[in-house]
Amino acid sequence: MSAHRLLDAIRGALRTHAGVDRREFLKLAGITGGGFVLAAVAPRGVFASEGTEKLVASAELNAFVHVSSDGKITIYSANPEMGQGVKTTLPMIIAEEMGADWRDVEVVQAPVDEARFGRQGAGGSTTVPRTWNQMREMGATAREMFISAGALVMEVPREELHAESSKVVHTSGRFKTFAELATLASRQPAPEPGTLIFKERADYTIIGRAVSGVDNLAITTGQALFGIDTRVEDMLYAAYEKCPAIGGKVVSANVDEIRAMPGIVDAFLLRGNGDVRELLDGVAIVGRTTWHVFQAKKQLKVKWDESAASKDSWAELVTRATAGAGTRGEADVYAKGDVDTRFAAAGNRTLEAFYEYPFVSHFTLEPMNCSAHYRKGQNGAKDTVELWIPTQFPAGAHAAAKSMFGFEPDQVTVHQMRLGGSFGRRVYSEYICESMKISERVGRPVKLTWMREDDLRHDFYRVGGFQKVKAAIDAEGRLVAFENHHFGMKRDGEVVSGSGFRENEFPVQNIADALISNTWFDIGTPCGPWRAPRSNTNAFVMQTFLAEVAHTAGRDYVDFLLELLGEPRWLEEGNAWALHTGRAAGVIREAAKAAGWGRNLPAGRGLGFAFYFCHAAHVAEVAEVSVDAKKHVTVHKVTVAVDVGPIINRSGALSQVEGAVIDGLSTMMGQKITMEGGRIQQSNFHDYRILRMPSAPPVDIHFIESDFAPTGLGEPALPPLAPAVCNAIFAATGERIRKMPLADLGYTI
Amino acid sequence: MPNYQFTVNGERRSLDVEADMPLLWALRDVLGLIGTKYGCGIGQCGACTVHLDGVAVRACSTPVAAVAGRAVRTIEGLATGDDLHPLQKAWIDLDVAQCGYCQAGQIMAAAALLAANPQPSDAQIDAAMAGNYCRCGTYNRIRSAVRKVAGASSALWYDATAMEVSA
Repeated sequence: MSAHRLLDAIRGALRTHAGVDRREFLKLAGITGGGFVLAAVAPRGVFASEGTEKLVASAELNAFVHVSSDGKITIYSANPEMGQGVKTTLPMIIAEEMGADWRDVEVVQAPVDEARFGRQGAGGSTTVPRTWNQMREMGATAREMFISAGALVMEVPREELHAESSKVVHTSGRFKTFAELATLASRQPAPEPGTLIFKERADYTIIGRAVSGVDNLAITTGQALFGIDTRVEDMLYAAYEKCPAIGGKVVSANVDEIRAMPGIVDAFLLRGNGDVRELLDGVAIVGRTTWHVFQAKKQLKVKWDESAASKDSWAELVTRATAGAGTRGEADVYAKGDVDTRFAAAGNRTLEAFYEYPFVSHFTLEPMNCSAHYRKGQNGAKDTVELWIPTQFPAGAHAAAKSMFGFEPDQVTVHQMRLGGSFGRRVYSEYICESMKISERVGRPVKLTWMREDDLRHDFYRVGGFQKVKAAIDAEGRLVAFENHHFGMKRDGEVVSGSGFRENEFPVQNIADALISNTWFDIGTPCGPWRAPRSNTNAFVMQTFLAEVAHTAGRDYVDFLLELLGEPRWLEEGNAWALHTGRAAGVIREAAKAAGWGRNLPAGRGLGFAFYFCHAAHVAEVAEVSVDAKKHVTVHKVTVAVDVGPIINRSGALSQVEGAVIDGLSTMMGQKITMEGGRIQQSNFHDYRILRMPSAPPVDIHFIESDFAPTGLGEPALPPLAPAVCNAIFAATGERIRKMPLADLGYTI
Repeated sequence: MPNYQFTVNGERRSLDVEADMPLLWALRDVLGLIGTKYGCGIGQCGACTVHLDGVAVRACSTPVAAVAGRAVRTIEGLATGDDLHPLQKAWIDLDVAQCGYCQAGQIMAAAALLAANPQPSDAQIDAAMAGNYCRCGTYNRIRSAVRKVAGASSALWYDATAMEVSA
């Protein structure tokens, strides 16, 4: 926020609300000192001017909490909502500490202002652990300010008061409502964060309950919420065609013919900056409706220069990895102990396997879209851009506008829209850059919508890869050495997101002799984070291979895992994001018990077990599966045990696990992106297969609510699903699965 | 440009649009009814499900010319005034949605099913809903919500009544 705009905001507020006193006003502007205003971080920002009226009408307890005199408690949700539930979960934490009645709470998506709210992104299942203390501080601070106000009004010592059900209650039973106290409470000094005492778990009335999502009424009645729902006055609609061989440059196109088509306003070439995360060359079409521009796009005839475009071939990658599987990788070798001696030792048995997993797409059901309004500055003022974006990282739009136009953040207004799914997809800015550039050119607001075909062909894919793994088993049936030759991908010299096998993959830290080596293939296909990056494929490899090791050793897999884990301890001392063997054993025992692990099943039916640790979460899953003679798979049930500490929203937590299981099953069974000549060969849902309702198994979920701080649940229940199902298929059929998707092996679901 | 007249959520509408414009885009971009969603444009995902004379159809694959003189109902018109359709209530009570993008289509598909068959079996629910993708994987809750409205006596694995959901 520039000083100039801050002053403008102040003048505007004073004009509109002449009666507001200086102190209150300074608080609105977020520029008071001495800790009077509790912002999430040092309060440097100011609300957008259109928000000031609302603020004055209600009492601001801190950056996240406002209470109006009618008792309505407004809580800002600062982070993007993409189905992971934070728009409900985070306000629940504030309301809990505050002593609010949840029915009084209205949740509002916060403006994008990281100076005020702290980091506003979403990703890596980090939002809950990253904001847990911050949210509790916001709630507890508001509570203490209400108690101070209550003490003044009721003329009793603070120590005799507590907050519950949106009231400050005296030990005598007398009370004052938050509504009655709101204005006075907002004028009380905010307590120092270090003095705050958070509620005990036993006293929770909101945290731990199942709470329906705050947007559910809007969702079920079809109100505008998502980025693609944006409508602004004078808006045009846009589509953008990029080279099917990713990274190709545009030479020419039949834009004159396109412009003459019905409903088309303009068509033009855009020159990219070569950065796939920002702007690639393409042809923009602008028209009166989305349908007009989609129709015109189908009539495009573009001459592309593919000399620098991707030449990727999935078939060639398979051939190269298969040829190299007998070797040790030459890059990035990690070694401890002496695996070769272990492999060669008399009395040790060895086991080898080669695994393959494909590229997959995010295919969020809401395709990439962004609405942009580029405005020329009038009378010497700077140009600006206003954006409506479904994005995981709204601040990324500032960097994008800087890159496209040299804009400073004060020239950019971002409206954070609900995301119709993301799973790691909406973390880069290419659809934002495209929309901004098109709006700049046509001088009007535009909504850019990608066709499904664009979405599937221009994703940042979950990277495919290959792993050659080898184990040594000693005479007692213990795993004593492990080697992995990992075949991963690099793009522009960097390992792509989601590719890699690290030395903290279980059970590398649990054995003395291990070796990891790498071969990197250079690719042109863009890759990005996809729900539980690396883990979503490494779990498949490790948990099917370890089960095979246990089976080869004549061991029960659950016993084998528990022995490998050993005594309860953190595997990395002082790192709460590391695997804790006691928590791991806890979920393994719970899942085994709940699923009836070890029971006899009829022929053609089997149980499969998998454990995985990622995102600070310990998860064990058991799949019960039948396979018929035609390799048709029926998943009867998936049992899940999870330790992510205390559960905040029980409904939301169950949803994340249910969804991760279905997503994992859908992906492992049928999904595969292939490319030839740099072109993605799939285009829409007729050739990219997704699980439908009749194939969705029941999911039986057990939470171990340990006393560790809560951690995120958007991703970690996905990785163990594939190996659990594959191990169950082995139990049912005797066939080891070492390749995804299973459709390529003849399986159907 | 031809003129087409039909009703949307009980209101008479008159549109001057190309005959082959899909109902989906007429709703979203011409009439401003954005509750009906675009997912694939080829009738595979069900996100655009609406009712045409009470029957569930894919708005992305239904040209405006085909709805002339007929009655269209969208998610915006499913409730009666402030009274939500029982399926909308069930969707909120069971907290069905994750991202929520497919849910308008899911609810419209379920509403057409229950209008034709108020007490469907599980297999009939699965069959009727198989055309609607949910990328987030909320299928079990969708099934439970439809069963709840249908008054199914035996709960699925997922015990909806155990859910304690705030007002």
